[in-house]
Amino acid sequence: MSSATGTPAGSSLAPGAPITDGGVQESRWERAARAAQERGALAVLVLVVLVASFAFDTFATGANLSNIAIQSAFLAVIALGMTFVIITGGIDLSVGSVYALGGVLAAWGSQHGTWAALLVPLVVCGGIGLVNGLLIARGGMAPFIVTLATLLFARGLTLTITDSGAEVFLVPQGSSFSRLGQGELFGIAYPVYVALGLFALGALLLQRTAFGQTVLAVGSNEDAATLMGMRVQRAKLLAYVLSGTLAGFAGAMLAARSSSGVPTVGVGLELDAIAAVVIGGTLLTGGAGTTGGTLCGVLLLGVIQNVINQIGSLGSSYQSVVSGAFLIVVVVVQTFLSRRRR
Amino acid sequence: MTDTLAPPAPSPQRARTLAWLQENGVYVALAAVVVVNAVITPNFLTVASLRTQAIQVVPVLIIALGLALVIGTEGIDLSVGSVMALTAAVVPLYLGYGALPAVLAALAVAACVGVVNGWLVAVIGVQPIVATLALLVGGRGLALVFAGGQSKDIENEALLALGSDELLGVPYVVLVALVLTLLVAFLVRRTTFGRQLVAIGGNRTASDLAGLPVRRVLIVVYVISALLACVAGLIATARLEASDPSTIGNLIELSAITAVVVGGTPLSGGRVRILGTVAGALLMHLIRVTLITQDVPDSAAQMIQAAIIVAAVYVQRGRGTGQ
Repeated sequence: MSSATGTPAGSSLAPGAPITDGGVQESRWERAARAAQERGALAVLVLVVLVASFAFDTFATGANLSNIAIQSAFLAVIALGMTFVIITGGIDLSVGSVYALGGVLAAWGSQHGTWAALLVPLVVCGGIGLVNGLLIARGGMAPFIVTLATLLFARGLTLTITDSGAEVFLVPQGSSFSRLGQGELFGIAYPVYVALGLFALGALLLQRTAFGQTVLAVGSNEDAATLMGMRVQRAKLLAYVLSGTLAGFAGAMLAARSSSGVPTVGVGLELDAIAAVVIGGTLLTGGAGTTGGTLCGVLLLGVIQNVINQIGSLGSSYQSVVSGAFLIVVVVVQTFLSRRRR
Repeated sequence: MTDTLAPPAPSPQRARTLAWLQENGVYVALAAVVVVNAVITPNFLTVASLRTQAIQVVPVLIIALGLALVIGTEGIDLSVGSVMALTAAVVPLYLGYGALPAVLAALAVAACVGVVNGWLVAVIGVQPIVATLALLVGGRGLALVFAGGQSKDIENEALLALGSDELLGVPYVVLVALVLTLLVAFLVRRTTFGRQLVAIGGNRTASDLAGLPVRRVLIVVYVISALLACVAGLIATARLEASDPSTIGNLIELSAITAVVVGGTPLSGGRVRILGTVAGALLMHLIRVTLITQDVPDSAAQMIQAAIIVAAVYVQRGRGTGQ
């Protein structure tokens, strides 16, 4: 791939500019745009945290920060799976319901031991992900409508199991399963470590495995990936299985933490997860995105919520106003940058 | 051109049956549900019962009309539930000046939401699902801020009459839905705007090159969707006799999208079926009612509804791609 043929005549390219996958040299502007896309969420996160630390004495305390971490951990695990799905160019609307289902199943299973508490939600929720994946990858149906149907289905199943919410399953006191949610190490709760560990695995999976590369390729150009002999259908299928399993696992962690399965949690959570992924720089059209960006997106939503709570005079309704406005700003900037890059 | 990705073509006879089913499946299903209900549900075909069903389906139906237009342009509008909430929050603020100013204020707020959605989609080029997601999240928050987080009783007689009065035995809300349906159907079938809308959904780049006012049409479509959501919000508020921005219209976008898709408007755009949308809304509502009157718990009804959505979309799959 020679850089001379890829360079339009008369363009002012800095000598020695890095060469991207396409073999076309990046101008300084394009490099800046790419950095903003990939690292923008991190930059804004650092900025918001710095401002908040100066503005509120109560913000930068260990207790408050670990509070933000634990509150973000559950959304983070869900958003990790969503990142894979969105990079394939799909969407998973069912995660909020699957999260609730996972929690109820875990609380039910915990009465039969820790293994049951973990396996039952993972298998059932992974199964819902599998159904999503089969219908979308093999059936060729629109992700939006398929996962909308499983959103309804999973919520209905949750309510059926709990007798329309009347029956609440409790995790037995002192079981090793509840320690998974409630235990602490160095003052930070276990779910935070679990979430971080999963993100490390997720980053490896996306960037260092054939599956991850196929996921990225499917998102940028599905036909090309197919023609190159990549296992496109399998990658799409696995992305939805991953999303369902992780959402169910997040629900199980919540059940362990709160010692009960609450059938009403997670309504609208899919939107928070999508917002976090998009704020983290993953393109909704697919083909580009990072797990690190998603983590920053989740933390950013958590910090915004925390800051609004710190300003006592603002009600919790302001949180969604700020999140919504924030989302608009991010996508406008994102769209603008990607258009300039083209 | 050989297309290795396409599924093998079915036999002509089967293809014809499938095509017919794709076109008319929703009406067949609706007729079947009505017949089944007439047999198994006592008093189903009484005026009182039919009236109740009609009134209950109106908010979803009105929103589905707007969504059919949006989906026809290959877009989606998730913010409709939040527009209902904004309507419920704004109306009590201006009700002191009378019903008309309050309604106009609500319509103005809704129009603003539509313009923002349309601007993000048409001018900036943001994906419709994200653009409208931002207003779904932000809009309800804004509604709660307006309302001070509280629900208020509505005591204005003119507004309450909209919810409870009737003309020649037909409730106002049903008449409103009927008129809006006819207007939207006329818009799609008989106006230049309607043709442009469908063309843009079919191929936006080609429409752009052909000189159609793509941006303007898209913005107007999102404004229409928001205005219809506002009307649905007014009706729901009037029926409830209270304004409750925290619960009104929650997840209604999903019911409305279901109605549109089951009614035969493909999510890939380029086609709008208004009568199908009406049938889709009625079908989903009646299925739910049937299950509940047969003592199927609401939770199981939800699961059955999910299966129906998948089945309906599965049957319609492949339409518009190479046929």
